[in-house]
Amino acid sequence: MSTMLNVTGLSHRYGSGENAHVAVNDLTFVVETGELACIVGPSGCGKSTLLRCISGLIEPTGGEVTLHGDRVTGVPEDLAVVFQDYSRSLFPWLTVRQNVEFPLRWKRNLSRAERRERAEEALSWVNLPGVGGKYPWQLSGGMQQRVSIARALARRPALLLMDEPFASVDAQTRFELEDLLRSVQVAHGSTILLVTHDIDESVYLGDRVLVLSKSPARIVADLPVDLPPERDQITTRESKNFVSLRGEVARLLHGGGDAPEQAPTGEPADTTEPSTLA
Amino acid sequence: MRPVVRNLVGLAAFLVLWEGVARLGLVRQEDLPPASVVLEQTFGLLGNESFLRDVIASVLAWAIALGLAIVIAVPSGLLLGSLPGLRVATRAVVEFLRPIPSVALIPLVILVVGGGPESKIALATYAAVWPILYNAIYAFDEIDPLLIDTARSCGVSRARILASVALPHAAPFVFTGIRMSAAIGLIVVVSVEFIAGAASGIGQFILEATSGAGRMDLVLAGTIVAGLLGYLINEGLERLGRRMFRWHTVSTAEAM
Repeated sequence: MSTMLNVTGLSHRYGSGENAHVAVNDLTFVVETGELACIVGPSGCGKSTLLRCISGLIEPTGGEVTLHGDRVTGVPEDLAVVFQDYSRSLFPWLTVRQNVEFPLRWKRNLSRAERRERAEEALSWVNLPGVGGKYPWQLSGGMQQRVSIARALARRPALLLMDEPFASVDAQTRFELEDLLRSVQVAHGSTILLVTHDIDESVYLGDRVLVLSKSPARIVADLPVDLPPERDQITTRESKNFVSLRGEVARLLHGGGDAPEQAPTGEPADTTEPSTLA
Repeated sequence: MRPVVRNLVGLAAFLVLWEGVARLGLVRQEDLPPASVVLEQTFGLLGNESFLRDVIASVLAWAIALGLAIVIAVPSGLLLGSLPGLRVATRAVVEFLRPIPSVALIPLVILVVGGGPESKIALATYAAVWPILYNAIYAFDEIDPLLIDTARSCGVSRARILASVALPHAAPFVFTGIRMSAAIGLIVVVSVEFIAGAASGIGQFILEATSGAGRMDLVLAGTIVAGLLGYLINEGLERLGRRMFRWHTVSTAEAM
C-alpha cells in the first residue's frame, strides 16, 4: 500500500491577535491508497476546517498537506469533495446530468460525448440511471446526495473527501447511502476520507477511524476497524467487534483530552457491555 | 380559464362604470368622454399612420434606454455586489441619486445632451438603471458560499466561476429588475415627451391633443395605447421569465 494523503503538523487559525481562533492544532496522519478512513469528532471541533485545508479551499496557517507526494497549494486536479448540504451544493439551474458533467467541463481533453458518457456512467454507479434529464430539485434528498456523489466520482478522483455526507437525510436513506458508498469504494478501490460526528457511522463505514478531540482538534486515537470488508446493516452492527469498537470510540470522544495521545491500536478494547453513548 | 374570465368581467365592469358616469352627465362629456367614444378613437388611431409612427418612436426610445440600462447596471451590480468596500464607498452617492425623479432632471439633460430623442433616452436610462442595479447587487452579494466552494472544488478558476456560477445564480434576480425597469422606462419616455415635447412619440401626441383642440377623447385614446403597451411588455417579460427561470421559481418555492 502506498500513501495517498499525508497530513503533517497541520494547524489552522482564523483571525489574528487576541481574536484568533485556533480551529485545528498540529494534526498529523496519513491515509493509505484504497482505504476508507473516517474522522469522527465532536460538533464544532474543526472537522470542516480540516477538510477545507486538505481540499485546498483554504491554505492552512501551519503544517503541510501532500497528495500522492505533491504538496497541496490549491484545489488538486484529482480530488473531489462531497458536502453535507446537497440542496445547496447542486446547481439548481443545471439538470442532473449537467451537474455531474460540471467538473468535467473544464477538462480540455474530453469531448462532449465522452463527458456525457462519463456522467451517465457515474450516475449508474450510484444507481441513478435515467434521471439525467431531471433537475436536482425534482428528486428526493437521498437521490440528490447520490447525484453529488456521482458528480464527485465522475472526476475520477485519487482522493474523495466527504464532509458529513449523510447527516441531512433520514435514517433509512442514510443506511442505503452508507451501503452504496461501501460498495462503490470496494468496486473502484477508491480512497475516501469521510468526516462525521456519528460514532456508529464511522465504525460501520471505515477501514480506519481517526478520533478527534474537542476544538482545537487533535488526533486522540487512530483505530483500525477489524470488520470484514462486506458490511451489513443488521449483522455488522450486532457483531461483537462493532459493539466494542463503537464503545471505545465513544469513550475516547467523551473523554476528549484525557485520552492518551496514541491509543493502543490493533485489537479493539475488550469491553463486554455495549456503550449507550452512541 | 377562470382567472381570465374574472379579469374580463372586472374590465367590463370598469368600462360600464366609465360609460355610465359620462352618459349620466356626472362629469362634462368634454372632460371625460364615454368609454365607447374613446375606444372607437383608439381603434381609429391604430390604423393611423402618423400615430403609429409616434408609437414606434416611443417604443424605440424605450428599447434603447432599457438596453443601455442593462449594459450599465449588470456589470456595476456585479462589481458592487462582489466588492463590499466599493459598495460602502458608493452607497451615499447611490442613495442620493436613486430617489431623484427623472423628470426633475429634464432641464439639466436638455442643456447637456440637447432636445432630441437623446434626452428622453438618457432620462429613461437613468430611471431604469436603479431597479436592475439593486437586484444585481443583491444577487451577486447573496450567492451561497457553498456553491462557490463546490465550483472551486471541481477545479474551476475564480474567473470562470463568474460565468458558470455567479451569472446563472443572479440571472433571475436581474431579470426581475429588468421587468421593473421596463415599466419605469416606458413611463419616463412618455412623460418626457409630454413635458419637454418631442418630434414624435405617444407623449407628444397626447400633448398636442391636449393643448391644441382640447380633444380629451384623443388624449385618453393615446393614454390607453400607452397603458396597453406597458401591459403587453410586462406580460411578455413575465412569461419569458417563467420559461427561462423555472428552476428558480420551483426551487425557491420548495425551500420556503
